[in-house]
Amino acid sequence: MNRFLRLAGAAALAALTASCSLAGTQNQDQSARTVTLVAHDSFAADEKLLAKFQETTGIRVNVLNSGDAGELTNKLVLSKANPIGDVAYGVDSTFASRALREGVFEPHRAPNADQGPQRYALEPEHRLSAVDVADVCVNVDSGWFAQRGLPEPANLRDLADPRYRDLFSVPDPTTSSPGLAFLLSTVAAFGENGWQDYWRQLAANGTKVSSGWEEAYNQDFSGSAGKGPRPIVLSYASSPAAEVNPDGSPRTKALAGTCYRQVEYAGVLRGAKDPEAAGRVVDFLLSPEFQAQVADTMYVYPSVRDVPLPQGWAVSAPLPPRPAELPAQQVEQNRDRWVEQWRAVVRG
Amino acid sequence: MARGGAGLTAPAQAGSGHRIAVGVAAAVVLGFLGLFFAWPVAAILGLGADGGVTGVLADPATWRLVAFTLGQAAGSTLLALLAGMPLAYVLARLAIPGKTVLRAMIMVPFVLPTLVVGMAFRALLGGDDGVSVLGIMLANGFFNVAVVARTVGGLWTHLDRRVEDTARSLGASRLRAFTSVTLPALLPALGSALAVVFLFCSTSFGVVLVLGGGRYRTLETEIYLRTVQLLDLRGAAALSLLQLAAIVAALVIAALARRRRETALRLRKAEETARPPQGGEWWIVGAAGVVVAALATPIVSLLLRSVSTRDGWSLAGYRALAGTGERGTLQVSGIDAALNSVRTAADATWLSLLIGLLASFVLIGVQRRTTAELLDTVLMLPLGVSAVTVGFGYLVTLDALPGDLRTSPLLVPFAQALVVTPLVIRMVLPVLRSIDTRLRQAAATLGANPWRVRWEIDVPLAARAVVAAAGFGFVVALGEFGATSFLARPDAPTLPVAIGRLVSRPGELNSQMAYAACALLMIVTIVAVIAIERVRGRTESVGEF
Repeated sequence: MNRFLRLAGAAALAALTASCSLAGTQNQDQSARTVTLVAHDSFAADEKLLAKFQETTGIRVNVLNSGDAGELTNKLVLSKANPIGDVAYGVDSTFASRALREGVFEPHRAPNADQGPQRYALEPEHRLSAVDVADVCVNVDSGWFAQRGLPEPANLRDLADPRYRDLFSVPDPTTSSPGLAFLLSTVAAFGENGWQDYWRQLAANGTKVSSGWEEAYNQDFSGSAGKGPRPIVLSYASSPAAEVNPDGSPRTKALAGTCYRQVEYAGVLRGAKDPEAAGRVVDFLLSPEFQAQVADTMYVYPSVRDVPLPQGWAVSAPLPPRPAELPAQQVEQNRDRWVEQWRAVVRG
Repeated sequence: MARGGAGLTAPAQAGSGHRIAVGVAAAVVLGFLGLFFAWPVAAILGLGADGGVTGVLADPATWRLVAFTLGQAAGSTLLALLAGMPLAYVLARLAIPGKTVLRAMIMVPFVLPTLVVGMAFRALLGGDDGVSVLGIMLANGFFNVAVVARTVGGLWTHLDRRVEDTARSLGASRLRAFTSVTLPALLPALGSALAVVFLFCSTSFGVVLVLGGGRYRTLETEIYLRTVQLLDLRGAAALSLLQLAAIVAALVIAALARRRRETALRLRKAEETARPPQGGEWWIVGAAGVVVAALATPIVSLLLRSVSTRDGWSLAGYRALAGTGERGTLQVSGIDAALNSVRTAADATWLSLLIGLLASFVLIGVQRRTTAELLDTVLMLPLGVSAVTVGFGYLVTLDALPGDLRTSPLLVPFAQALVVTPLVIRMVLPVLRSIDTRLRQAAATLGANPWRVRWEIDVPLAARAVVAAAGFGFVVALGEFGATSFLARPDAPTLPVAIGRLVSRPGELNSQMAYAACALLMIVTIVAVIAIERVRGRTESVGEF
């Protein structure tokens, strides 16, 4: 009996000490004020920048990855009574209404909100500040079309043209956030009454639907490293910046007439332990230093005006001038219904 | 053949010390399960359970989901069984060089992220409809061959060959000797393996998502969709309950099949049971070779992708991985991510072994058969519940505990342990149950206390299975992505998380790095499994009996 207790105790101790290998890394520097930033999985920032922020403000930012924009929003909603962090970044225009309606965020106005982010404000209380813009656009493999002497498609209408049969690959709006943005862009372009017809034409024209952006872009698209069979894919306005030849010339191109604006927001969570410090973190996300590196680290466009884009982006991936948009309210009210209708049309 | 009493035999001494020990062990196991599984799952289902269940049940689409889920799981399980048996035989019965490497190699599929493997299968099979159901089953089979090979092989290793030899010398054909002597003895392990594989396949998520392309949906992908994207907790709860019911039904069937099958066997030391292959056995070696080649195909295609670029071969992906990747894609270097993975998986393995062994001990210590089986089924449930349900359940419950575990880095190994513990139980229990209880009685007669009996009899005989379970658990934890990805994780990416991040970005180098990270993950796996294999349990005390 005693031996059992000793054995079990030893094993439990071993398990706990083994766990310390993980836990031990977390408990450093308790003296600093710590702000937990709940972010989507694609969040990335220059380490030096975070270190510098901690040095100047005494605030340590602890990043917590929580899935894609939709998953992140739902986690915030589910835990709103006792939030898992102090600041959230990554709720996008597609899901913002849900978060606002559920009262997840507190008002907070960043000092430089009027230098650009203001353009994307969703409501007068300033509960969400726009950090960056991640427009979703159709991308084409320019070389593929040049080789065959076929003109590149220019707009959504062209994608249903028999000349471009079996060339387009798009992720499913039910499981992919860019896929959902593309569905919204077709609603914006063809209206509540016309988008389903357009999708029927797309399906009849051999459009391939995959469950995620990864398969569509990395496997089906001919302009990516995967060298797939299809020269037209749904991706982001910024993707061509990653597909350049050694001489700096872009291999692929985003079609400006097919873009849908997605804005990613940050905000102070209601119930944050230290709202003041949390607000400072939001200000940091809108600071020129942070804004200057979002393109490089996250492939998105800064929301603050006059922040320079990395070299080459002006040629390969300029910010789309007139992207389509739908009011957040309308998206929130209809999203699930549209997705269901889309399923009925495309999946039959 | 010496048979023990009919069915399961409890240890001879049911003294009060033994009973208290079983009670303590049961309390630990059920406490862990209650805290990290039952309570969170009940809470999240409770949020959605307000009468929406009947509506979901009345929808014919729901039943199509159920049918497809169970159908593809059954097909995948069959494939895994067919491919796994020759491997199990080779691992258990044949003395051929390189077995340790083979053991490690067949574990590799288990750690590869389903997204990447799904994409590899998608590339190999093309993408039209007929192929994608087959693709789903092939990919599920690919992931689970090792479960069959290792679980069945674990018991097979210890079976006394002389019984078969006797049958053969009495004129039975090889097949006859197998079906009438070996197979009945293997049934407990087979049942275990099939139950685990079936559960894995019916809740497989990434594979169905990638290869189903949105067209084919299972309960698991639908629960994910409703929970994560739509926040339709009501629909998700209804489907989760349905999933739970289906899983419990499958487990009960498995338990009934196991009934009366578990007999005391003459277990032997592993070294005594392997011989060089002879005659017809070469056919089995050939079949195993084919399986290994089939397993290697997607793996090799991944490795090729890691070194190929538009302009020829290059190791740029590997070089970038040694750093923090291109333009800070990864917050840490590939090496650090590998270390994070190993640390997390080690924690999960410790925990699972502790809980799993305690649970096995309870299961063979419980006197009443029905109680034991009920407990056994309960312990398997975490394999059959959607990871997203558990992950979101943590979110709404664990803040009630001191220290707010919701965002603790400890939560990841705890969640992984939920998945790994049932595997440990399934691998160790058949062996423990096969031990002739008269050995224990003899030891007790000679004055050993209950713990001494366990230590001298059960531990040596089950050592190989425990080591195999540890290796297996470690690998499963290493590659576990479901639960891990639904937990809010402090930014210390493990390799699978890093791979997920890399494939979700454009650019050739990112893609190469993703595949290079897969290669690194495979290397870590093989090294870890070989290292664990080297840790031999105490097997010297298996005497002649």
